[in-house]
Amino acid sequence: MSIEGEDPLFRSGRVNFGGVIKQINLAYVPEAKVGDYVLVHVGFAINTIDEEEANQVFEYLREMDELADLESNEAK
Amino acid sequence: MKFIDEYREPKAARRYAQAIRHITTRPWTIMEVCGGQTHAIVKFGVDELLPSEVTLVHGPGCPVCVTPVELIEKAIEIASTPGVVFCSFGDMLRVPGTSKDLLSVKAQGGDIRIVYSPLDALKVARENPRRQVVFFAVGFETTAPANAMAVYQAFQQGISNFSMLVAHVLVPPAMEAILSSPSNLVRGFLAAGHVCAVMGYSEYEPIARKYHVPIVVTGFEPLDILQGIYMTIRQLEEGRAEVENQYTRAVSRNGNQPAQELIKDVFQVVPRKWRGVGEIAASGLGLKPKFAAFDAETRFGVAHRIVEESSECISGSVLQGVKKPHDCPAFGAVCTPEHPLGATMVSNEGACAAYYRYRRVRLQDSATASQESES
Amino acid sequence: MKPEDMPEFYCPVPINQYASVMLAHGGGGKLMHELIESLFLPLFSNPSLAARHDGAVLEFGAHKLAFTTDSYVVHPIFFPGGDIGTLAVNGTINDLAMCGARPLYLSAGFILEEGLPMETLKRVVESMSRAASEAGVQLVTGDTKVVDRGKGDGIYINTAGIGIVQAGRSIAPAGVIPGDAVLLSGDIGRHGIAIMAVREGLAFESAIESDCAPVAEPVLALIEAGIEIHCLRDLTRGGLASALVEIAEAARIHVGIQEAAIPVREDVRGACEILGFDPLYVANEGRFVAFVPSRDTERALALMRSHPLGAGASLIGSVTRDPAGLVTMRSSIGASRIVDMLSGEQLPRIC
Repeated sequence: MSIEGEDPLFRSGRVNFGGVIKQINLAYVPEAKVGDYVLVHVGFAINTIDEEEANQVFEYLREMDELADLESNEAK
Repeated sequence: MKFIDEYREPKAARRYAQAIRHITTRPWTIMEVCGGQTHAIVKFGVDELLPSEVTLVHGPGCPVCVTPVELIEKAIEIASTPGVVFCSFGDMLRVPGTSKDLLSVKAQGGDIRIVYSPLDALKVARENPRRQVVFFAVGFETTAPANAMAVYQAFQQGISNFSMLVAHVLVPPAMEAILSSPSNLVRGFLAAGHVCAVMGYSEYEPIARKYHVPIVVTGFEPLDILQGIYMTIRQLEEGRAEVENQYTRAVSRNGNQPAQELIKDVFQVVPRKWRGVGEIAASGLGLKPKFAAFDAETRFGVAHRIVEESSECISGSVLQGVKKPHDCPAFGAVCTPEHPLGATMVSNEGACAAYYRYRRVRLQDSATASQESES
Repeated sequence: MKPEDMPEFYCPVPINQYASVMLAHGGGGKLMHELIESLFLPLFSNPSLAARHDGAVLEFGAHKLAFTTDSYVVHPIFFPGGDIGTLAVNGTINDLAMCGARPLYLSAGFILEEGLPMETLKRVVESMSRAASEAGVQLVTGDTKVVDRGKGDGIYINTAGIGIVQAGRSIAPAGVIPGDAVLLSGDIGRHGIAIMAVREGLAFESAIESDCAPVAEPVLALIEAGIEIHCLRDLTRGGLASALVEIAEAARIHVGIQEAAIPVREDVRGACEILGFDPLYVANEGRFVAFVPSRDTERALALMRSHPLGAGASLIGSVTRDPAGLVTMRSSIGASRIVDMLSGEQLPRIC
């Protein structure tokens, strides 16, 4: 939501968890910008979430379904 | 909440479960090595959706579970020292030592504080310059960057009243210990997503090759776990043994470089004792000599305290329906719901036992269920 | 199945026998219940205590009186949505309401720590006065003690309350029968999170306030409408889970609930994720569960929803005979698990 701090080690930001805001250390995600989603563990952001990959779980399912359809079509 | 709720979607969960059922032709035993994953599996009942051929074994994935008695005793000794402020994550407070836990020390007057981050402990040190502040640094590689940062900042800012009781453990050596046992039954692993977010997953590739086991880096939400299981079984059914990444939205092969660098600056690989087992070589992290001043064991003179792992765990679990923890089987054995490795649930207070009792209830006729639930 | 050469990792099951009183003994969980069962109940045994309900129902000729007592030790004294005073008044009112009684009179005993600012005390007492008059109850007797600095946490309040039972049928766990519907009066977790937020310095986009409130009105409305209430329980320490487990165990029935039906606000959920808490176990102070015959479900929900305090009322589950003594919950992905009682305070889970 907002980022402050000059020194990379002490760089921190206000992170929003569904309406709760907490100050989180961003030293390990130097590329993070306001608006990004991050994975937080014990007060530190340990990675940014790749939004494109976020759909992968559902893409995979779709592909499986398509494959299943193909297989059942072939079987006919 | 975004990036959480979507991965708890019931229809998708059922479809994954169906897909797993569809490809499974033989019994497989899969281990997951993260307390968070075990928790999600129990909380959402993921294993209930799986076909009976798939057995999920809960591995040594929670620092609570693997912290040796000796370390708890050291923690208790430090925390009982007058003037010390002992900071810890909540779930460590109820892990039993030989006769007490940290909560008992608190009841007897110890200044023990629950924190959510090692930086909170550092803050306490800053605000109380005349007190010794100790942080109980347990955890796998996921927590290491945070702990490294705390020590680094303490060093940079000269916060000399701060120290850490370090008990970091590493996942790959634990996995090798399990896999190299002659009676191991585990055929596939779900690697801990958050550990890999930090460390990447290249270090699992040699393990997959050496022991011919598929390893799938998996997230923590139910859909992540189901997809991870699917990918593992697919590999098993196809005879492959590779490292795959299910948790692509947060994990890359090389992991988080800045985090790894700071870990390397502050920590070094050391032998570590694991609860009940004893020492495994190169299985933990300890402070490098440059930061040795911040090592609580040295500062409080408890470094040479040796406590033998007793062959009997402290029980007190008649309430929870678990007989003797003795009877909890080892990793790599078939850890079925009848014999869960309950430690990861200490932080959830008997949810493991609840899970266990629930299984017994389901397997019995409802006629006898009420008798079982009373025992 | 334990080969000798296997590495053996042992399960550190928590201790549950302590030589001294632990915080967990006040947590609303197993340790507290054990303390009550093994120490208190045997020494004071009588039918009222044996009912194991929030208050005692006593017969005085033609009337039934409900009688309850409570102590308030909350810290911080002031929190978003209330303070120790409003808690004391509303908590007592709610215990009486859970017996199906109209709350009438309260007593209040104050244990004050030397050094407590007068201004603080004044604010608390003013809160209590407001809460009492809003709820239509009178504080009729009280007591004040002061302890040395360092021997108290600012202020402790003990209360007792009396009300007249309005319900014809006895309202207690023993009244629950298979087939009953389990209704929850609103969203859970606000009070505990409001307190934790102050303690942990969490900020919220719009502050989470405690749900501290008197729930006598919606309850009395149910009684007046002729709904046959089998049991009531207000959710306090230990949260929704503990309340349901207590009832399931006392009544020797099974309670099955649906996770998707339990209302939790988004920001409460977010705070729980950060703090490592499960909303099921977080404290509430203005919520209750009602066990009613399933045929009365719609009517009861409509009545509850017509009150501001019951606006979020929902049907969260039902009662069956077996497995007796257990509460099970169907999770959002469709699988079930046992909801157990915690042994003590919920410890924040990190890993």
